[in-house]
Amino acid sequence: MSSALLDVASVSKSFGGVEANRDISLSVPEGKIIGLIGPNGSGKTTLFNSIVGYHPVDSGSIRFNDKEITQLLVPDIARLGMLRTFQQTRIYGRMSCIQNLQISMPLAKHNLKSVFRPVQRDDMEQIEEMLAFVGLHAKRHLLAGDLSFGQQKLLEFAMALIAEPKLLLLDEPTAGINPTLINGLIDRLKVANKELGITLFIIEHNMRVIMNIADHIYCLAHGKLLAQGTPEQIQNDQTVIDAYLGAH
Amino acid sequence: MKPYHYVLLFLLCVIAPFILPDYRTQLALLWVMIVLALSWDILGGQMGYNSFGNIIFFGVGMYACAVFQRDSGLSYYPALLIGMGLGGLFAMLTAALLGNALLGMRGHYFAIGTLGLGVAAGELAGGWDYIGAGSGMTTPLFPGELANRDVFFYFLFFAWALVGFLGLRWLYRGRFGLAINAIRDDEDKAESMGIHTTRYKVTAWIFSALFLGVIGGGAGNLIGFIDPKDVAFSGPTFGVWMILMAITGGKGRLWGPVVGAVVFHFTQELFWTLLLGWQRVALGLLIILIVLFFPEGILGWIAQRFPQRAAAKAQLDDKSKQAS
Repeated sequence: MSSALLDVASVSKSFGGVEANRDISLSVPEGKIIGLIGPNGSGKTTLFNSIVGYHPVDSGSIRFNDKEITQLLVPDIARLGMLRTFQQTRIYGRMSCIQNLQISMPLAKHNLKSVFRPVQRDDMEQIEEMLAFVGLHAKRHLLAGDLSFGQQKLLEFAMALIAEPKLLLLDEPTAGINPTLINGLIDRLKVANKELGITLFIIEHNMRVIMNIADHIYCLAHGKLLAQGTPEQIQNDQTVIDAYLGAH
Repeated sequence: MKPYHYVLLFLLCVIAPFILPDYRTQLALLWVMIVLALSWDILGGQMGYNSFGNIIFFGVGMYACAVFQRDSGLSYYPALLIGMGLGGLFAMLTAALLGNALLGMRGHYFAIGTLGLGVAAGELAGGWDYIGAGSGMTTPLFPGELANRDVFFYFLFFAWALVGFLGLRWLYRGRFGLAINAIRDDEDKAESMGIHTTRYKVTAWIFSALFLGVIGGGAGNLIGFIDPKDVAFSGPTFGVWMILMAITGGKGRLWGPVVGAVVFHFTQELFWTLLLGWQRVALGLLIILIVLFFPEGILGWIAQRFPQRAAAKAQLDDKSKQAS
């Protein structure tokens, strides 16, 4: 188990009387694409928030890259190489697409010399390539806030990729994106995983997408881990089907 | 604007005190106003943190400079210049201390937290005998002819405003500018991307304090008398004006505070001359009109009115950036 990039061990989190996560354990091995599914309100985003340090957990431990991160805060965890995207897309609205990527360049480049200096030319090339990769090159001078929701999602994805994280947590990357763009996004997720070597941990409601790309899937229901396995095993798991269809 | 526009503007600034000899004091004060507006805009415009307490750095610089001039025993010019430097230094230290305490708060909470700073500083200064307490301090007399005094201060403040303007232009173009813009747009996102937000916020305030502290040291000498509440920590005048000027011109734009300061200072003096007794009322009305009809400021209004020009400029900037 210790070889996994991310290890979540018996994590619980309650909000008042609501148990959002109860005793959840899972692991994300390096280089894989891991899925996290479950009906609305099953605690997926809460788990993401716990992992990235957005709020403290009640019990359990979270290890990233063999380092205990349970007590660390969001920016500290981000600097270790774990980034997340938001379900409600978050971009820098009054900055251009290029600027959004410029400020997302790897933090190793945020040294004292670079902070007070215009962005360098080779960085610009990488930024243009990344914008072309997500299909936003033609929009690069527009303010990010003027983009459509789907385009903002792609921009947020590009911002995460250009930061070169070890692990990227994606919260519903395809929600609100039109079906044609979704196909493109699936390809891009695979490229990010295989060619850029970024391990992905994805919350997704679109079953076609998650079954298509995930190596291993965890399913939550009512804050508890319901099932796990390969996409085939999950598809045929009666408890998962019941959870989604609301059987008693 | 093309390069020769800048050259013309620069030349105009150089000859201004000679073609308008009667207005030298006002013109010198105009550079003070420009520095005030520019330095407020670092946090208020670029970073989205409205500070109502920046006047404290102005006053700290003013007192630090005056005390050094009083006690150092140096002759006028070196004492003034070193004093202004010390003013900047003390203001920066103040910002570093206050920043770590206050910049943990966000948005409106930060604004309210800073509201009392100027008032508290004024009360403290008014009770401290070492700096003259309630009776204030008088700055040393200018050694040369009185006619040269205002020209000297004009060029001194012009030089500092130029340093401030070019310095900020350079800062805003680098990663520093991008980072504080990111904090303005979505601080949670910036944090989740691993940006050292608090470090950037405090640094931004320290820059703001540097510009204010130095100009404060000089402004005390131009005015000649430092009253703790009415000059140094004067929230209702300089403290509010710096915000109004930045908003009038267009906050979050490099030229915004400059344009705002020029427009504000001229209309204020105009009202003072033409509508004596009603000048504050007229100014208040003008502010209301600007906020109602030009919420993005003069430059923001122009950018909205002529978007194609702004867009063309963005692409030009981009090309020249890549070429360089």
